[in-house]
Amino acid sequence: MSNLPETPTHRFIPNASEDVREMLATIGVRAIEDLFASIPADVKIDRLLDVPGPWSEIETRRWFGQLASRNKTAVDHATFLGGGAYAHYQPACIDQLLLRAEFLTSYTPYQPEVSQGTLQSIFEYQTHQSMLTGLDVANASLYDGSTALCEAVLLAERLVKNKTKVVIAKSVHPQYTETVRTYVQNLGIEIVEVGWTSDGRVDGEALRQACTADVFAVAIQSPNFLGVVEDYDAITAATAAVTKIAVVAEATSLGILTPPGEHGFDICVGEGQAWGVPTQFGGPYVGFMVVRDALKRYMPGRLVGETVDVDGRRAYVLTLATREQHIRRGKATSNICSNEALIALAANMYLSLMGKEGLREVATQCLQKAAYLRQKLSAIASVTLPFAGPTYNEFVVRTPFPAAGILGDLEHEKILGGIPLAQFYPGHDNDFLVAVTELNTREQIDHYAAALSAAISRKRR
Amino acid sequence: MSAGDTTMTPVLEQQEVAAAAPQRILREGLIFEHSKAGRRGYQLPALDVPEQALDQLLPKPLRRAAIEDELEVSEVGVIRHFTRLSKLNMSIDAGLYPLGSCTMKHNPRINEEIARTPGFALSHPLQPAHQIQGSLELMWHLEQTLKEIFGMPRVTLQPVAGAHGELTGILMVRKAQIKAGNPRTYILIPDSAHGTHPASAAFAGYEIKELKSNSRGTVDLNALAEAVTEDVAALMVTVPNTLGVFESEIKKFAEILHAKGAFLYCDGANLNAFVGIARPGDMGIDVMHSNLHKTFSTPHGGGGPGAGPVGVSERLVPFLPSPTVERAADGTFYLQYDHPDSIGRMRAFHGNFGVLVRALTYIRSMGPEGLRRIAEIAVLNANYIRARLKSSYYLPYDAATLHEVVFSDKMQSAQDVHTLDIAKRLMDYGFHPPTIYFPLIVAGALMIEPTESEPKEELDAFCDAMIAIAQEVKERPELVRTAPHTTPVRRLDEARAARNPILRWKK
Repeated sequence: MSNLPETPTHRFIPNASEDVREMLATIGVRAIEDLFASIPADVKIDRLLDVPGPWSEIETRRWFGQLASRNKTAVDHATFLGGGAYAHYQPACIDQLLLRAEFLTSYTPYQPEVSQGTLQSIFEYQTHQSMLTGLDVANASLYDGSTALCEAVLLAERLVKNKTKVVIAKSVHPQYTETVRTYVQNLGIEIVEVGWTSDGRVDGEALRQACTADVFAVAIQSPNFLGVVEDYDAITAATAAVTKIAVVAEATSLGILTPPGEHGFDICVGEGQAWGVPTQFGGPYVGFMVVRDALKRYMPGRLVGETVDVDGRRAYVLTLATREQHIRRGKATSNICSNEALIALAANMYLSLMGKEGLREVATQCLQKAAYLRQKLSAIASVTLPFAGPTYNEFVVRTPFPAAGILGDLEHEKILGGIPLAQFYPGHDNDFLVAVTELNTREQIDHYAAALSAAISRKRR
Repeated sequence: MSAGDTTMTPVLEQQEVAAAAPQRILREGLIFEHSKAGRRGYQLPALDVPEQALDQLLPKPLRRAAIEDELEVSEVGVIRHFTRLSKLNMSIDAGLYPLGSCTMKHNPRINEEIARTPGFALSHPLQPAHQIQGSLELMWHLEQTLKEIFGMPRVTLQPVAGAHGELTGILMVRKAQIKAGNPRTYILIPDSAHGTHPASAAFAGYEIKELKSNSRGTVDLNALAEAVTEDVAALMVTVPNTLGVFESEIKKFAEILHAKGAFLYCDGANLNAFVGIARPGDMGIDVMHSNLHKTFSTPHGGGGPGAGPVGVSERLVPFLPSPTVERAADGTFYLQYDHPDSIGRMRAFHGNFGVLVRALTYIRSMGPEGLRRIAEIAVLNANYIRARLKSSYYLPYDAATLHEVVFSDKMQSAQDVHTLDIAKRLMDYGFHPPTIYFPLIVAGALMIEPTESEPKEELDAFCDAMIAIAQEVKERPELVRTAPHTTPVRRLDEARAARNPILRWKK
């Protein structure tokens, strides 16, 4: 290091030359480099790293601003994109509150006496999750919907002995299933996929047949990846003896759809992004998991419980920690440590602001507006909606032309019109997924229908 | 009261405090307890499409009744509630938060501003490549930058936390071993390791063999040589280790492992100790995760979100998670899914993109000199604390340490005062406690990591508090044993919480 120039001070690093001199004297060494004597010379680098900077905030804003402007987004487009990431209303006060340093710059509440803000908020978040899903016990958060499904599958596998198969509906978010495949590849767990019928719902008969004696769990998603709302009762009837996992990838749907916990499901996992979290290119989001009471000691991740302090005051604390990696190490229920606490806090704020009425109204508006677009599109000659089952705010559209071309035409009209299905389901070249939320205006929806109609007419010519 | 007066009971003192400051005992109720019929915290525009009967859109059996007990709270109520809750937390913005191994450094607000740029915040993960060139280019630049910092040929940005990165890394190791003919059975893990290591290794289908540390607290070369057989897939080490001691023989670890076809995994949680000074790739490390929420300043947010990118050596490149971000010959960016040997996808979409934006913002703000300065001052600060406290607290390992220092309660336990008590008493002095009872190889560990963000004055105030507590232990041990006395709540009945778990509010 000695052959490198003296490092200048930096705005994020308070200690400067005078402090350094005094501190070195206290430590009893001559120079900072003496403190690094334990790093062998042959692994040290004798140059500075070849990276740009240091940038002032002015330069930082300029460069990143240019980069951000290369994305085509809802900034200047009407967006109808879903597929597990939805644009919903974000109340202004949430982000302001999240920026409070006491939330933003604290860490895992291992010391409850100075972390009651975080702990109480997690307890409230757990309560919301429980009420919305109709199940008993929610954890403090998991990474996202896909890894929450992984954890649910692993939890279910621990409940039984000598069963090796999990049945996952083909209409579960394909990237979720792909993630499960990665997680279980060395654990002797086999994934059996079950398809859908013409209405877009999971094939009940195939499901029944797939639930053989070596199956420990079944996972379905509702609304599923095709946008179709599943019939929980039909699925529980078809899958009697196995652990039933419901996946919810569009969390606002819980404002109107019947909760899985009331229909025989044991575990509900999902993605909380729709509760007012920006789509931000896929993360950070917040995975949730809610289980029947009997499963709570198998739960992955952190749990907050109520207790009292020595003066008898109600207080909150991380609990049932013997499930976790820092105690149980190689035998823990999960390896998760850092989770998505700040996003769970945002979700708690969203659910608190929207409340009983707001959750219902958001869901109703999504349903009504999506239905309005559905009907407009189905009125266009040669447009079909291939799946007849009931939908919430998302559905599949089919035209006689490849989806990418049609969506490209919509993009010219400043519409981000959907997600081609073929990347997930080979053969569905002409199909794409369209999502509508309370943010889409009637004007946008009318424009969408007109633009799609025009695009098809042009292609016909 | 005199300093030597041990007859004063802390209970009285607590009552005095309460009487002097009655608001201290006022508690913020649960948000559910603020609910009142008719209040509301939101407003949506009126529905602007023709309203249809719900029964036509969604059959009744699929619809839920009212969401029982959900809230009716005003916006004012919500803002007051969360503002009051926030005041019950300590935070890095308010002062030193010296959790060892957590690297609680300053979280620059420019990171937050850039991540909220609408072009990033509103970009959607399933848009086609031509619509998301900005997001892809940012990820590409972050990978190039981390490659240079790590000294490794490729880095995946998909993992969203340290433990997630560990699992990613060990899955790659396993895939590579399978490809070489045999997955092997064991992962070697030193007894000083973080609990996620054995948990991640188990999730990848491995059994764990623990390596005992030597008298310096580091991996013993002979013990390692003996333990590495053809049935060992990898060694997982932390550099510097959880005592803050650099594994000086790291290159020899790599040689021993590589000679037997095994890999060297490095937990990069402590990269803050040597960023810009040495590079993992140059040490023979095959795979390393780095916690962007530690070394690269993204906020910890009360427990997350984080991000845990993983760098790999050439041998492991084919096994990286899919997709990768690539730059085409024409300078455009795209997602590459064609990786036949990939372990697969670790998560839906592209990882915690918002955290990646913050980390790149920070790295650009620091620049090459700044990155090296991080390690220099972080190590200086930790050694300053070590020098100031070593006569008041027992130092179980006296090897040179880098960015953190681990003391124990050995000198205090004679008075029946233990690490937990010291940690709680620190709160009364206005400091968040260090990490305690970790690493497990130190009985009663107090693991202190100040980071480069702390000015000398803050370090002095912390050391003064620690020294004062050591004095209190001698003179008024009960005061320490019953601490904290001035926090929003005092010690909690944790056994009760676990015995009879109450995990949600009920009406």
